Amino acid sequence: MNTEYRKISLDGLWHNNPALVQLLGLCPLLAVTGSVVNAIGLGIATTVVLIGSNLTVSLFRRQVPEAVRLPIFVMIIAAFVTAIELLMQAYTYELFLILGIFIPLIVTNCAIMGRADAFASRNPVPAAVLDGLMMGIGFTLVLIILGAMREVLGAGTLFSNMHLIFGEAARAWKITLVEDYRGFLFAALPPGAFVGMGLLIAAKNLIDAKIKHRKELIKDSQAVTTASKRVRIT
Amino acid sequence: MSLIHLSSPHVSKANATDRVMRLVLIATLPALIALTIFFGWGSLIQVLLACTSALAFEAACLWMRKRPMLFFLRDGSALVTAVLIALAIPPFAPWWVVVIGTFTAIVIAKHLYGGLGNNPFNPAMVAYALLLISFPAEMTQWNAPFVLIGDNWSVLASFTDSLVIIFSSINHGMIDAYTGATPLEVLKHRGGMTTEEVWRNNPVLSQGVFAWYGISAAWLMGGIFLIYRKVFTWHAPFAMITTLFLLSSLFYAGDPSNFADPFLHIGVGATMMCAFFIATDPVSGATSNKGKVIFGIGVGALIYIIRTWGSYPDAAAFAILLMNLSAPFIDHYTQPRSYGHARANRGIGGGK
Repeated sequence: MNTEYRKISLDGLWHNNPALVQLLGLCPLLAVTGSVVNAIGLGIATTVVLIGSNLTVSLFRRQVPEAVRLPIFVMIIAAFVTAIELLMQAYTYELFLILGIFIPLIVTNCAIMGRADAFASRNPVPAAVLDGLMMGIGFTLVLIILGAMREVLGAGTLFSNMHLIFGEAARAWKITLVEDYRGFLFAALPPGAFVGMGLLIAAKNLIDAKIKHRKELIKDSQAVTTASKRVRIT
Repeated sequence: MSLIHLSSPHVSKANATDRVMRLVLIATLPALIALTIFFGWGSLIQVLLACTSALAFEAACLWMRKRPMLFFLRDGSALVTAVLIALAIPPFAPWWVVVIGTFTAIVIAKHLYGGLGNNPFNPAMVAYALLLISFPAEMTQWNAPFVLIGDNWSVLASFTDSLVIIFSSINHGMIDAYTGATPLEVLKHRGGMTTEEVWRNNPVLSQGVFAWYGISAAWLMGGIFLIYRKVFTWHAPFAMITTLFLLSSLFYAGDPSNFADPFLHIGVGATMMCAFFIATDPVSGATSNKGKVIFGIGVGALIYIIRTWGSYPDAAAFAILLMNLSAPFIDHYTQPRSYGHARANRGIGGGK
């Protein structure tokens, strides 16, 4: 049981990361990652919706008829998105204005639909909730890294406007990396998000290749010690 | 034994990459000289800066990719990219503009796609488009040609003063004294005047336009030299310039007060450079002669459309990038019949 939860967590965070591997939910990912604060805002909203929808879908998985499951999932997701939208409007109004259309559009985020159909509708509640949480965190981390890259390159700052989420005390978190920065519009515009995303995926593949290479080396060295002394020369 | 992998075409010594690149570099000399005569030392400094930084980025990429360094550094392709970027940007742009440009061209547009021969887009134009989008202020600050700026010319004519302008970060007050709009910008932002009135009232066109004609003529000279030395064929440049000329003639004949005349379209902006030095790129352009003609027509038409109805005054980089994107498609439909086959393997179902 424990290994199953471990696998779910690792899948969500790394092996089957919704942004880096499944490449789902790219539209909000590319559109709102202009700064760290936007990334965190959308990331948290998406994570909450994911957990809620996975929980509900898993709870009713035996009652939902196969033929109409997708419309039902959409309605469940839409209900959570509406709740999140109202909550953001109430507590983080400025951020709500910045993220704009991309909050209602969480409904159409394929990552959420995909998890509901592929995982939550086939698994018990605890596993589904954990899956939602881990997929959400995996998605949010990618959003934050991309947001940080684009904020540094595009505006020369990091963690600006954090008070929109974390209250007035967070206003001082802003780090100005380059004084009098002229701005690098390309990074702030959508093309910069595509290039940044490509670099992130490349970095993940590179790390995976390194890990695989290392595992093979260990396996080879074990094979050499256990096998006979015959050496194969090619 | 390590075998160096080279991409097609696998032809014998006659057109080796280093020879082609050396000829292209020689062919850019007239343009460099013309730019220096009309606009001051800026271009020469940009070329030196671009070549140094491009070679450094190229060496770093080759080292990281574990490719034979000297072999690829000597082929001169990085230098050609660097020189084209340097000659395309405003002569007195700050130093970091050209360095970011060569970084984009060499690292992002070339090596991330697999190095020379594997890049789907022309590296110099990727860099130019990125710079134009990212730094609109710096990238539109062309200084006016010497005839228009009078006494201020002494600054641009001095090599050390030019160095100061490019390498000091605070030069905006200083540079305002001798910057001016390019002819295409003047036509774009003319505020209700007819084309004829712009020609009469704006010194950039009435007195200064010959400077831009001179630079285009220099690019044309370099291009004809390269066709003469059989570095590329006439198809793409001819198709591009003819299309641009015919389209602009058509609209100019219909409404001469609103549209620019065809000679202006051919003679100013990046037309000539684009036609002979960018549209002829063997890697990112179309391959067959018929394909090159289609490629050229596409570039010419797009340049006219974006210049006339788009929001940017010049359009060479965007037109080239859009056509680079279509080049594999064009190749797919223009593949020539190969020897021994009755029909060409082209279009849908080709290769079966």
